[in-house]
Amino acid sequence: MTEKHITIDGQTVPFTEGQTIMEAATAAGVYIPHLCHHPDFTPQGSCKLCTVNVNGRNLASCTFPAVDGQQICNNTEQLNADRKRLTQMLFVEGNHFCPSCEKSGNCQLQAVGYHLNMLDNHYPHFFALRKVDSSHPQLLLDHNRCIFCALCVRASHADGKDVFGIAGRGMNKHLVVNSSTGKLADSDISVSDKAAHICPTGAILVKGTAFKIPIGQRKFDHHDIDEAGLGEQHGE
Amino acid sequence: MANKIRVATTSLAGCFGCHMSFLDLDERLVPLADLVEFNRSPITDIKHCAPCDIGLIEGGVCNAENVHVLREFRNNCKILVAVGACSINGGLPAMRNSVPLEECLREAYLDGIGVENPMIPNDPELPLLLNKVHPIHEVVKIDYSLPGCPPSADVFWKFLTDLIAGKEPGLDYDLVHYD
Ligand code: SF4
Ligand code: SF4
Ligand code: FES
Repeated sequence: MTEKHITIDGQTVPFTEGQTIMEAATAAGVYIPHLCHHPDFTPQGSCKLCTVNVNGRNLASCTFPAVDGQQICNNTEQLNADRKRLTQMLFVEGNHFCPSCEKSGNCQLQAVGYHLNMLDNHYPHFFALRKVDSSHPQLLLDHNRCIFCALCVRASHADGKDVFGIAGRGMNKHLVVNSSTGKLADSDISVSDKAAHICPTGAILVKGTAFKIPIGQRKFDHHDIDEAGLGEQHGE
Repeated sequence: MANKIRVATTSLAGCFGCHMSFLDLDERLVPLADLVEFNRSPITDIKHCAPCDIGLIEGGVCNAENVHVLREFRNNCKILVAVGACSINGGLPAMRNSVPLEECLREAYLDGIGVENPMIPNDPELPLLLNKVHPIHEVVKIDYSLPGCPPSADVFWKFLTDLIAGKEPGLDYDLVHYD
């Protein structure tokens, strides 16, 4: 079988049949910014941060299959400018006060902002009214920081459970917890579940672990998420 | 030196942490003082802006006076800079935005634990609070932003020396923090 290739920013990247562009890129150590993608779960293609230009068309690389001969632009000024705007929208849609967030320094949303040299939020803020669910003895769910990536939804399915779901559309989109009260404490989540550790932001946190590593010494404090491997270190 | 670059600074709904961080420039303040002079600023106690080259704004807007001060800066500064998390996204003061203003005042001045002589301050000299705390780019045009809570002295140094050297200011990865 002859090896098949795509080209990303001039670099030849091999792939095997059935791989997405994201999977081929990741295997070759090429970083494509992403937030709703995780290698362990079925891609859902909602955040659009991973948008690349394939033969002249913009496509989500986490869902689009690699096809022999594709010419792909990834790390371009225009795509990164678009990604910055998408990231700014995520920041103003929720309530992201990094100085008071336990996840700061280990947060992928923040890390993508750093990677894109995002210095402001550009858009007016929503200051949406969202709740904090601290009912669970070991887990905290802060809706203010949720970006609706649905990784917790997919991870919970992989756990053989169905703890999380995304409900509503547009402005009214929100994360729901599958329990009689809607509270995390009354759901069947357990702290050892994948779903408890998958969140790319500070929306789902394990209590009592938040400041184990001091602010300033965390993953993205000194290392860009595009450095080998870092982009795939999700959750804690 | 003639024609020093004129800088004004203020803290709106901030904690003065950004100003303190600026003072962390320490011995670098000496060469900086050869290049810039301070106009309206807590450092000089000058109360109103003369025309300036650079205005540094710490804090978001939480009351009517903040809005007036911010507009005065915009009207007088060629380059207006949002300094720190609060000016960029409202910061910690904006965490009150999820609580109705009346409830905030009740908790702080009437019902809170340890409150003596419960009374909501109403001296006519006090600026009226806005219903919400806002980042400053929602009120005036901002030319540059320096993130961080606070931005480190190195951020101020890099930004100001770039500007003074006539370069487009930029912050490298290590200088960009939201916390
Ligand atoms: S979740 Fe991330 S971006 Fe949001 S406040 Fe926490 S550290 Fe900042
Ligand atoms: S809670 Fe976290 S993992 Fe779940 S949808 Fe929100 S951001 Fe994604
Ligand atoms: S990572 Fe592809 S759309 Fe979110």
